[in-house]
Amino acid sequence: MADINEVWVYLSASPLLFLTLTLAAFQAGSWIYDRSGQQPFLNPVLTAVIAVVALLTLSGTSYETYFEGAQFVHFLLGPATVALAIPLYRQFDRVRRSALALVTSLLCGSLTAIGTAVGLGWLLGASRETLLSLAPKSVTAPVAMGITEQLGGLPSLTAVLVILTGILGAVLGPPLLSLIGVKDWRARGLALGTASHGIGTARALQAGELAGAFSGLAMGLNALATAILLPVLWRLFF
Amino acid sequence: MLSALTLILSCQLAGELVTRFLGLPVPGPVAGMVLLFGLLAIKGSVPEDVGSVADSLLRHLALLFVPAGVGVMAHMGLLGQDWLPISVALVGSTLATIAVTALVMNRLARPAPEGNAESENG
Repeated sequence: MADINEVWVYLSASPLLFLTLTLAAFQAGSWIYDRSGQQPFLNPVLTAVIAVVALLTLSGTSYETYFEGAQFVHFLLGPATVALAIPLYRQFDRVRRSALALVTSLLCGSLTAIGTAVGLGWLLGASRETLLSLAPKSVTAPVAMGITEQLGGLPSLTAVLVILTGILGAVLGPPLLSLIGVKDWRARGLALGTASHGIGTARALQAGELAGAFSGLAMGLNALATAILLPVLWRLFF
Repeated sequence: MLSALTLILSCQLAGELVTRFLGLPVPGPVAGMVLLFGLLAIKGSVPEDVGSVADSLLRHLALLFVPAGVGVMAHMGLLGQDWLPISVALVGSTLATIAVTALVMNRLARPAPEGNAESENG
Protein backbone atom coordinates (compact mmCIF):
# COMPACT_ATOMS: atom_id res chain seq x y z
CA MET A 1 0.00 0.00 0.00
CA ALA A 2 1.25 3.46 -0.88
CA ASP A 3 2.18 5.95 1.79
CA ILE A 4 -0.70 8.35 2.48
CA ASN A 5 1.67 11.29 2.07
CA GLU A 6 2.68 10.15 -1.39
CA VAL A 7 -0.94 9.81 -2.39
CA TRP A 8 -1.64 13.31 -1.07
CA VAL A 9 1.34 14.79 -2.92
CA TYR A 10 0.18 13.14 -6.12
CA LEU A 11 -3.46 14.17 -5.77
CA SER A 12 -2.87 17.74 -4.67
CA ALA A 13 -0.68 18.31 -7.73
CA SER A 14 -3.43 17.30 -10.17
CA PRO A 15 -6.51 19.41 -10.93
CA LEU A 16 -8.81 16.47 -10.26
CA LEU A 17 -8.89 16.74 -6.47
CA PHE A 18 -9.84 20.42 -6.19
CA LEU A 19 -12.23 20.29 -9.11
CA THR A 20 -14.04 17.43 -7.40
CA LEU A 21 -13.91 19.23 -4.06
CA THR A 22 -15.55 22.33 -5.60
CA LEU A 23 -18.39 20.33 -7.10
CA ALA A 24 -18.88 18.19 -4.00
CA ALA A 25 -18.93 21.23 -1.68
CA PHE A 26 -21.55 22.91 -3.84
CA GLN A 27 -23.63 19.74 -4.03
CA ALA A 28 -23.51 19.40 -0.27
CA GLY A 29 -24.41 23.09 0.09
CA SER A 30 -27.39 22.68 -2.24
CA TRP A 31 -28.54 19.61 -0.33
CA ILE A 32 -28.39 21.44 3.00
CA TYR A 33 -30.18 24.44 1.46
CA ASP A 34 -33.03 22.28 0.16
CA ARG A 35 -33.27 20.25 3.35
CA SER A 36 -33.50 23.46 5.41
CA GLY A 37 -36.53 24.56 3.41
CA GLN A 38 -34.31 27.00 1.46
CA GLN A 39 -33.23 29.21 4.35
CA PRO A 40 -31.61 32.34 2.82
CA PHE A 41 -28.62 32.17 5.18
CA LEU A 42 -27.80 28.66 3.98
CA ASN A 43 -27.15 29.91 0.45
CA PRO A 44 -25.19 27.11 -1.32
CA VAL A 45 -22.45 29.45 -2.62
CA LEU A 46 -21.84 30.69 0.91
CA THR A 47 -21.74 27.24 2.53
CA ALA A 48 -19.60 25.80 -0.28
CA VAL A 49 -17.08 28.66 0.01
CA ILE A 50 -16.85 28.30 3.78
CA ALA A 51 -16.45 24.51 3.53
CA VAL A 52 -13.72 24.75 0.88
CA VAL A 53 -11.85 27.49 2.77
CA ALA A 54 -11.99 25.38 5.94
CA LEU A 55 -10.61 22.32 4.15
CA LEU A 56 -7.86 24.32 2.40
CA THR A 57 -6.85 25.90 5.70
CA LEU A 58 -6.81 22.58 7.55
CA SER A 59 -4.75 20.89 4.84
CA GLY A 60 -2.42 23.87 4.43
CA THR A 61 -3.25 24.22 0.74
CA SER A 62 -2.68 27.58 -0.99
CA TYR A 63 -5.36 29.29 -3.06
CA GLU A 64 -3.10 29.02 -6.12
CA THR A 65 -2.96 25.23 -5.80
CA TYR A 66 -6.71 25.06 -5.28
CA PHE A 67 -7.34 27.30 -8.29
CA GLU A 68 -5.42 25.00 -10.62
CA GLY A 69 -8.30 22.57 -10.24
CA ALA A 70 -11.09 25.07 -9.71
CA GLN A 71 -10.19 27.13 -12.79
CA PHE A 72 -12.20 24.74 -14.98
CA VAL A 73 -15.36 25.71 -13.11
CA HIS A 74 -14.32 29.37 -13.00
CA PHE A 75 -13.77 29.41 -16.77
CA LEU A 76 -17.41 28.52 -17.41
CA LEU A 77 -18.48 31.93 -16.02
CA GLY A 78 -17.66 33.49 -19.40
CA PRO A 79 -19.78 31.16 -21.56
CA ALA A 80 -22.55 31.26 -18.92
CA THR A 81 -22.62 35.06 -19.14
CA VAL A 82 -22.94 34.83 -22.93
CA ALA A 83 -25.73 32.28 -22.45
CA LEU A 84 -27.77 34.89 -20.52
CA ALA A 85 -28.74 36.10 -24.01
CA ILE A 86 -31.17 33.17 -24.22
CA PRO A 87 -33.48 34.00 -21.26
CA LEU A 88 -33.21 37.64 -22.30
CA TYR A 89 -34.32 36.79 -25.84
CA ARG A 90 -37.17 34.58 -24.65
CA GLN A 91 -38.45 37.28 -22.29
CA PHE A 92 -37.68 40.22 -24.56
CA ASP A 93 -41.31 41.20 -25.16
CA ARG A 94 -41.72 41.88 -21.46
CA VAL A 95 -38.36 43.67 -21.27
CA ARG A 96 -39.29 45.95 -24.16
CA ARG A 97 -42.71 46.78 -22.70
CA SER A 98 -41.11 48.02 -19.50
CA ALA A 99 -37.98 49.54 -21.08
CA LEU A 100 -38.41 53.08 -19.75
CA ALA A 101 -39.23 51.91 -16.22
CA LEU A 102 -36.31 49.51 -16.40
CA VAL A 103 -33.73 52.13 -17.41
CA THR A 104 -35.02 54.63 -14.82
CA SER A 105 -34.94 52.07 -12.00
CA LEU A 106 -31.52 50.89 -13.07
CA LEU A 107 -30.07 54.42 -12.97
CA CYS A 108 -31.64 55.05 -9.53
CA GLY A 109 -30.17 51.75 -8.33
CA SER A 110 -26.76 52.44 -9.83
CA LEU A 111 -26.54 55.89 -8.20
CA THR A 112 -27.77 54.45 -4.88
CA ALA A 113 -25.10 51.74 -5.01
CA ILE A 114 -22.29 54.23 -5.58
CA GLY A 115 -23.66 56.95 -3.28
CA THR A 116 -24.46 54.81 -0.25
CA ALA A 117 -21.25 52.74 -0.49
CA VAL A 118 -19.02 55.82 -0.64
CA GLY A 119 -21.22 57.82 1.77
CA LEU A 120 -21.33 55.17 4.50
CA GLY A 121 -17.64 54.42 4.10
CA TRP A 122 -16.77 58.11 4.30
CA LEU A 123 -18.96 58.70 7.39
CA LEU A 124 -17.14 55.89 9.19
CA GLY A 125 -13.73 57.21 8.22
CA ALA A 126 -12.56 54.86 5.46
CA SER A 127 -9.42 55.90 3.59
CA ARG A 128 -9.57 57.40 0.11
CA GLU A 129 -8.21 54.21 -1.44
CA THR A 130 -10.84 52.13 0.35
CA LEU A 131 -13.63 54.47 -0.80
CA LEU A 132 -12.45 54.14 -4.40
CA SER A 133 -12.36 50.37 -4.07
CA LEU A 134 -15.87 50.32 -2.54
CA ALA A 135 -17.52 52.59 -5.09
CA PRO A 136 -17.99 50.04 -7.95
CA LYS A 137 -18.76 47.07 -5.64
CA SER A 138 -22.13 46.28 -7.27
CA VAL A 139 -20.59 45.83 -10.71
CA THR A 140 -19.36 42.55 -12.20
CA ALA A 141 -15.73 41.94 -11.18
CA PRO A 142 -13.70 42.64 -14.35
CA VAL A 143 -15.41 46.00 -14.91
CA ALA A 144 -15.29 46.98 -11.23
CA MET A 145 -11.55 46.26 -11.09
CA GLY A 146 -10.97 48.31 -14.24
CA ILE A 147 -12.87 51.31 -12.83
CA THR A 148 -11.04 51.16 -9.50
CA GLU A 149 -7.66 50.95 -11.17
CA GLN A 150 -8.42 53.89 -13.41
CA LEU A 151 -9.36 56.08 -10.42
CA GLY A 152 -6.47 55.01 -8.20
CA GLY A 153 -8.03 52.43 -5.85
CA LEU A 154 -6.95 48.86 -5.16
CA PRO A 155 -8.26 46.39 -7.78
CA SER A 156 -7.54 43.34 -5.59
CA LEU A 157 -9.58 44.82 -2.71
CA THR A 158 -12.35 45.64 -5.18
CA ALA A 159 -12.46 42.01 -6.36
CA VAL A 160 -13.03 40.90 -2.75
CA LEU A 161 -15.72 43.54 -2.15
CA VAL A 162 -17.51 42.65 -5.40
CA ILE A 163 -17.84 38.97 -4.46
CA LEU A 164 -18.92 39.80 -0.89
CA THR A 165 -21.56 42.18 -2.28
CA GLY A 166 -22.79 39.42 -4.59
CA ILE A 167 -23.16 36.93 -1.75
CA LEU A 168 -24.78 39.53 0.54
CA GLY A 169 -27.33 40.42 -2.14
CA ALA A 170 -28.14 36.79 -2.91
CA VAL A 171 -28.61 36.02 0.80
CA LEU A 172 -30.34 39.21 2.02
CA GLY A 173 -32.06 40.32 -1.19
CA PRO A 174 -35.01 37.92 -1.46
CA PRO A 175 -36.12 38.29 2.21
CA LEU A 176 -35.73 42.08 1.95
CA LEU A 177 -37.83 42.17 -1.25
CA SER A 178 -40.56 40.14 0.43
CA LEU A 179 -40.38 42.41 3.49
CA ILE A 180 -40.94 45.58 1.43
CA GLY A 181 -43.73 43.88 -0.49
CA VAL A 182 -42.19 43.66 -3.98
CA LYS A 183 -43.76 40.65 -5.68
CA ASP A 184 -43.22 41.59 -9.32
CA TRP A 185 -40.59 39.20 -10.74
CA ARG A 186 -39.32 41.87 -13.10
CA ALA A 187 -38.60 44.25 -10.21
CA ARG A 188 -37.10 41.50 -8.04
CA GLY A 189 -34.77 40.33 -10.82
CA LEU A 190 -33.77 43.85 -11.78
CA ALA A 191 -32.91 44.72 -8.18
CA LEU A 192 -30.79 41.60 -7.64
CA GLY A 193 -28.85 42.09 -10.89
CA THR A 194 -28.25 45.80 -10.27
CA ALA A 195 -27.03 45.37 -6.69
CA SER A 196 -25.32 41.98 -6.90
CA HIS A 197 -24.26 41.36 -10.53
CA GLY A 198 -23.80 37.68 -11.51
CA ILE A 199 -24.31 36.16 -8.08
CA GLY A 200 -27.59 38.06 -7.78
CA THR A 201 -28.49 36.86 -11.28
CA ALA A 202 -27.78 33.25 -10.33
CA ARG A 203 -30.18 33.70 -7.40
CA ALA A 204 -32.81 35.39 -9.59
CA LEU A 205 -32.62 32.56 -12.15
CA GLN A 206 -33.50 30.09 -9.42
CA ALA A 207 -36.82 31.90 -9.08
CA GLY A 208 -37.55 31.65 -12.79
CA GLU A 209 -36.61 32.82 -16.25
CA LEU A 210 -38.45 36.16 -16.06
CA ALA A 211 -36.54 37.30 -12.97
CA GLY A 212 -33.33 35.88 -14.47
CA ALA A 213 -33.73 37.78 -17.74
CA PHE A 214 -34.24 41.11 -15.98
CA SER A 215 -31.36 40.36 -13.62
CA GLY A 216 -28.89 39.46 -16.36
CA LEU A 217 -29.79 42.58 -18.28
CA ALA A 218 -29.46 44.72 -15.14
CA MET A 219 -25.98 43.26 -14.53
CA GLY A 220 -24.81 44.26 -18.00
CA LEU A 221 -26.42 47.70 -17.94
CA ASN A 222 -25.15 48.53 -14.46
CA ALA A 223 -21.61 47.69 -15.54
CA LEU A 224 -22.00 50.17 -18.37
CA ALA A 225 -23.74 52.84 -16.24
CA THR A 226 -21.21 52.66 -13.40
CA ALA A 227 -18.24 52.71 -15.78
CA ILE A 228 -19.56 55.94 -17.26
CA LEU A 229 -21.05 57.62 -14.15
CA LEU A 230 -18.52 56.83 -11.44
CA PRO A 231 -15.46 58.66 -12.87
CA VAL A 232 -17.63 61.75 -13.50
CA LEU A 233 -19.20 61.67 -10.02
CA TRP A 234 -15.84 61.12 -8.34
CA ARG A 235 -14.32 64.20 -9.97
CA LEU A 236 -17.41 66.20 -9.03
CA PHE A 237 -17.25 65.39 -5.30
CA PHE A 238 -13.57 64.75 -4.55
CA MET B 1 -24.64 20.37 -28.70
CA LEU B 2 -21.09 20.83 -30.01
CA SER B 3 -22.17 23.48 -32.50
CA ALA B 4 -24.12 25.31 -29.78
CA LEU B 5 -21.06 25.36 -27.52
CA THR B 6 -18.92 26.57 -30.42
CA LEU B 7 -21.42 29.36 -31.09
CA ILE B 8 -21.40 30.48 -27.45
CA LEU B 9 -17.59 30.40 -27.20
CA SER B 10 -17.26 32.24 -30.53
CA CYS B 11 -19.55 34.99 -29.24
CA GLN B 12 -17.43 35.28 -26.11
CA LEU B 13 -14.23 35.42 -28.17
CA ALA B 14 -15.70 38.04 -30.49
CA GLY B 15 -16.87 39.97 -27.43
CA GLU B 16 -13.37 39.91 -25.94
CA LEU B 17 -11.86 41.13 -29.21
CA VAL B 18 -14.42 43.92 -29.69
CA THR B 19 -14.10 45.25 -26.13
CA ARG B 20 -10.28 45.14 -26.26
CA PHE B 21 -9.98 46.85 -29.63
CA LEU B 22 -12.58 49.52 -28.95
CA GLY B 23 -11.68 49.97 -25.28
CA LEU B 24 -15.32 49.49 -24.19
CA PRO B 25 -16.10 49.64 -20.46
CA VAL B 26 -17.89 46.24 -20.39
CA PRO B 27 -16.35 42.78 -20.00
CA GLY B 28 -15.93 40.58 -23.07
CA PRO B 29 -18.59 38.02 -22.03
CA VAL B 30 -21.20 40.81 -21.60
CA ALA B 31 -20.40 42.05 -25.12
CA GLY B 32 -20.66 38.39 -26.21
CA MET B 33 -24.12 38.22 -24.64
CA VAL B 34 -25.22 41.26 -26.67
CA LEU B 35 -23.75 39.66 -29.79
CA LEU B 36 -25.55 36.36 -29.25
CA PHE B 37 -28.76 38.24 -28.54
CA GLY B 38 -28.33 40.06 -31.86
CA LEU B 39 -27.82 36.78 -33.72
CA LEU B 40 -30.95 35.29 -32.13
CA ALA B 41 -32.93 38.40 -33.04
CA ILE B 42 -31.78 38.10 -36.68
CA LYS B 43 -32.66 34.42 -36.75
CA GLY B 44 -35.99 35.04 -35.03
CA SER B 45 -35.87 32.01 -32.72
CA VAL B 46 -33.62 30.10 -30.33
CA PRO B 47 -32.23 26.91 -31.95
CA GLU B 48 -33.13 23.94 -29.77
CA ASP B 49 -29.55 22.84 -29.03
CA VAL B 50 -28.42 26.40 -28.18
CA GLY B 51 -31.35 26.67 -25.79
CA SER B 52 -30.54 23.42 -24.03
CA VAL B 53 -26.79 24.16 -23.70
CA ALA B 54 -27.58 27.63 -22.32
CA ASP B 55 -30.15 26.25 -19.90
CA SER B 56 -27.73 23.67 -18.52
CA LEU B 57 -24.98 26.28 -18.10
CA LEU B 58 -27.35 28.66 -16.33
CA ARG B 59 -29.01 26.02 -14.15
CA HIS B 60 -25.77 25.83 -12.16
CA LEU B 61 -24.66 29.45 -12.49
CA ALA B 62 -24.26 29.78 -8.71
CA LEU B 63 -21.69 26.94 -8.66
CA LEU B 64 -19.45 28.88 -11.04
CA PHE B 65 -18.89 31.58 -8.39
CA VAL B 66 -17.45 29.19 -5.81
CA PRO B 67 -13.77 29.41 -6.96
CA ALA B 68 -13.89 33.23 -6.92
CA GLY B 69 -15.63 33.13 -3.54
CA VAL B 70 -12.87 30.97 -2.10
CA GLY B 71 -10.40 33.60 -3.39
CA VAL B 72 -12.18 36.20 -1.28
CA MET B 73 -11.63 34.25 1.90
CA ALA B 74 -7.97 33.85 1.02
CA HIS B 75 -7.66 37.64 0.66
CA MET B 76 -9.73 38.77 3.63
CA GLY B 77 -6.58 40.40 5.02
CA LEU B 78 -7.02 43.12 2.40
CA LEU B 79 -10.00 44.44 4.33
CA GLY B 80 -7.38 45.59 6.83
CA GLN B 81 -7.91 48.54 9.15
CA ASP B 82 -10.99 49.73 7.30
CA TRP B 83 -12.95 46.54 7.99
CA LEU B 84 -15.67 48.33 9.99
CA PRO B 85 -16.57 51.06 7.45
CA ILE B 86 -16.27 48.41 4.72
CA SER B 87 -18.71 45.98 6.40
CA VAL B 88 -21.24 48.69 7.18
CA ALA B 89 -20.96 50.14 3.66
CA LEU B 90 -21.31 46.73 2.00
CA VAL B 91 -24.38 45.64 3.95
CA GLY B 92 -26.05 49.07 3.99
CA SER B 93 -25.40 49.83 0.36
CA THR B 94 -26.44 46.39 -0.91
CA LEU B 95 -29.76 46.58 0.98
CA ALA B 96 -30.37 50.18 -0.12
CA THR B 97 -29.61 49.40 -3.77
CA ILE B 98 -31.95 46.41 -3.85
CA ALA B 99 -34.76 48.33 -2.12
CA VAL B 100 -34.47 51.47 -4.27
CA THR B 101 -34.22 49.59 -7.59
CA ALA B 102 -37.13 47.28 -6.78
CA LEU B 103 -39.41 50.00 -5.40
CA VAL B 104 -38.85 52.36 -8.35
CA MET B 105 -39.44 49.52 -10.81
CA ASN B 106 -42.51 48.39 -8.89
CA ARG B 107 -43.92 51.90 -9.06
CA LEU B 108 -43.08 52.63 -12.71
CA ALA B 109 -43.62 49.31 -14.51
CA ARG B 110 -47.16 48.54 -15.50
CA PRO B 111 -48.42 45.40 -13.77
CA ALA B 112 -47.45 42.23 -15.58
CA PRO B 113 -50.52 41.18 -17.60
CA GLU B 114 -50.05 37.47 -17.02
CA GLY B 115 -49.88 35.32 -13.94
CA ASN B 116 -46.79 33.39 -14.91
CA ALA B 117 -46.16 30.39 -12.75
CA GLU B 118 -42.86 31.06 -11.04
CA SER B 119 -41.77 29.47 -7.82
CA GLU B 120 -42.41 31.32 -4.58
CA ASN B 121 -38.89 31.42 -3.23
CA GLY B 122 -37.32 34.18 -5.34
